[in-house]
Amino acid sequence: MANENELLTELTDSEYKYGFTSDIEQEYAPKGLSEDTVRFISQKKNEPEFLLEFRLKAYRHWLTMKDPQWQNVNFPTIDFQDIIYYAAPKKKQELQSLDEVDPELLKTFEKLGIPLSEQKMLAGVAVDAVFDSVSVATTFKDKLAEKGIVFCSFSEAVHSHPELIKKYLGSVVPYTDNFYAALNSAVFSDGSFCYIPKGVRCPMELSTYFRINAKNTGQFERTLIIADDESYVSYLEGCTAPMRDENQLHAAVVELVAHEKAEIKYSTVQNWYPGDKNGVGGIYNFVTKRGICKGISSKISWTQVETGSAITWKYPSVVLQGDNSVGEFYSVAVTNNFQQADTGTKMIHTGKNTRSRIVSKGISAGKSQNSYRGLVKVLKKAENARNFSQCDSLLMGDTCGAHTFPYLEIGNSSSVVEHEATTSKINEDILFYCNQRGISQEDAVALIVNGYCKEVLNQLPMEFAVEAQKLLAISLEGSVG
Amino acid sequence: MILEIKNLCASIDEKEILKGINLTINPGEVHAIMGPNGSGKSTLASVLAGKSDYEVTSGSVTFKNQDLLDLDPEIRAREGLFLSFQYPVEIPGVSTANFLKASVNEVRKHRGLEPYDAMEFLKVMKKELELLEMDKSFLSRSLNEGFSGGEKKRNEIFQMAMLDPVLSILDETDSGLDIDALRIVAEGVNKLRNTERSFLIITHYQRLLDYIVPDFVHVLYQGKIIKTGTKELALELEERGYDWLKSEVPSLEEVQ
Ligand SMILES: Nc1ncnc2c1ncn2[C@@H]1O[C@H](COP(=O)(O)OP(=O)(O)OP(=O)(O)O)[C@@H](O)[C@H]1O
Ligand SMILES: [Mg+2]
Repeated sequence: MANENELLTELTDSEYKYGFTSDIEQEYAPKGLSEDTVRFISQKKNEPEFLLEFRLKAYRHWLTMKDPQWQNVNFPTIDFQDIIYYAAPKKKQELQSLDEVDPELLKTFEKLGIPLSEQKMLAGVAVDAVFDSVSVATTFKDKLAEKGIVFCSFSEAVHSHPELIKKYLGSVVPYTDNFYAALNSAVFSDGSFCYIPKGVRCPMELSTYFRINAKNTGQFERTLIIADDESYVSYLEGCTAPMRDENQLHAAVVELVAHEKAEIKYSTVQNWYPGDKNGVGGIYNFVTKRGICKGISSKISWTQVETGSAITWKYPSVVLQGDNSVGEFYSVAVTNNFQQADTGTKMIHTGKNTRSRIVSKGISAGKSQNSYRGLVKVLKKAENARNFSQCDSLLMGDTCGAHTFPYLEIGNSSSVVEHEATTSKINEDILFYCNQRGISQEDAVALIVNGYCKEVLNQLPMEFAVEAQKLLAISLEGSVG
Repeated sequence: MILEIKNLCASIDEKEILKGINLTINPGEVHAIMGPNGSGKSTLASVLAGKSDYEVTSGSVTFKNQDLLDLDPEIRAREGLFLSFQYPVEIPGVSTANFLKASVNEVRKHRGLEPYDAMEFLKVMKKELELLEMDKSFLSRSLNEGFSGGEKKRNEIFQMAMLDPVLSILDETDSGLDIDALRIVAEGVNKLRNTERSFLIITHYQRLLDYIVPDFVHVLYQGKIIKTGTKELALELEERGYDWLKSEVPSLEEVQ
């Protein structure tokens, strides 16, 4: 709570803080999507044949698919021919130090508060910053390399570790999985790659910041994290995007693989531009995130704080294949004004004695719609599987909506599945009580919301928990009173 | 004087509840307000604290030489006006300690004092808890969530002690308290009594006034103070009820 006062100052500036564009020369792919676009991207990145094949197969499959309509969200049809599928900062050479990075770009990162500076690095954050599509700076690589950890941009990994890419790419999220996963597989530009060798505990939080900058460029990130036997890694993805009037599509794919007794903690703090008060602009965030607990007693944990995007559509999932493996999903999803979120998780139990835990906290304000959609599926052979789900909704005012769609498919009788749900409302009486104790309306909302989300925020690494608290407050500004 | 209410009229949803209240409170004074259910006691407390549901239609309120009605509720609180609610709300997920820290530090900031750090704050809280014979475990529980009726009231007095107000309005803090709790709460109030601090105590029972001896007792009836006396008036009300007073205000009956 020491940061309550800082929060106050944050609260005074209500416009989207990261709404600016930087003037950097960009190299574009021609607008629109065709086999040529796919080849163009692959060629630009000097990719091996197997990857081009993967892309082309995905593209051809995508052509046979229709975009999904089942989510509880509304938006105009996307014209996939009106999108630029590749944009990269032009001056792309191997960079030895930060001095070589385009100063404009560094300024942009500074405004975003991305910890590229020395001090932050000393704080133990290794950053692989993704600017639009191409990774421009990777830090701490040497230190990680000592332990045999590979942490680099996806395109770099394609060249340095093609065997790992070949083995794991699409192994968790095949390109046939869904419309946007197919699209991503065809045109993905860059992303992060991480490999933790056997028995290694990654000594620091790995972190990536994504930003969408160039106008009309869809962003198609591809992230792949592999934790070998008895290894551990905590990965944090933070996202900010500049203000734009046209809606921008973001369709990422994240794949996690946890081998025997390995643990992957994947945390996301997302505050992409949500559109203005009238619902104009904002990011479409259609993401496929899935992890597989491949080995016995492995663990995958998703934590997400979602405050941004005009439309969010994502279900970080875990396939619990190894016996005794554990899957967790902790989520805070905030919607305000005209934002729409349809988010949740899938826990697929296929191994014995597998356990999963779902904690979802939805907060809706303004005229927004916030849906939780969760599937717990226990296969017949997954004996003694256990799931606990807690889905809470917090409403601010009367014009917003909260919806819960839990799906259960239980294939055996030895498994136990529990589901709890609550809905509460921040009402005038509670706010008046806080006011009467000297706490202003906005601080009261921050206090209550942070209390409400505590269980999820506690899952985040310390410094990011603080950031997430601020984001929550910013995104709910002016939502009551 | 600390508070001067002049001809205060207030309504809610077009219905007039307060119909011309006059009341002056000087530093160090304890005033009690009694009156039948629905006479407007809580309404008066809410209007003074700044609840926006009520519309002040006429009259004025001066608090520490400022126009009270002009101040936002949180500013009133920071200026030292405290309301112990008749029905304290529950705030899930926010611990009593965290809530109070936010509250106390806001008030301190307003008064030009340094905010407490966590350690100091814990020390101060523990001291006040002891005085009110409350268990430490309350601090980590969500504010008022699952508290018994009496515990909620005690928690209000605990907050009052922490916030060091100049004017405390206690709205039926005694109802729901067992005999021991009543004594403890009253002692808590008495400890705070000095020549600076004033109290406005709303109650139905004379018993509380045995412990906290008031300087004045007022009877609120249908939105007006129809009688003012000293502590003996409370005794008389306990014996005779309110009926005998009603006949003393024929004008009100006529209004009906
Ligand atoms: N929204 C409203 N619309 C109409 N009348 C209201 C509204 N809210 C309160 N009232 C009325 O205002 C009157 C005064 O209520 P108030 O709570 O101030 O009484 P009180 O003196 O505190 O009573 P008690 O001793 O029962 O606590 C009551 O008759 C109540 O029904
Ligand atoms: Mg009352």
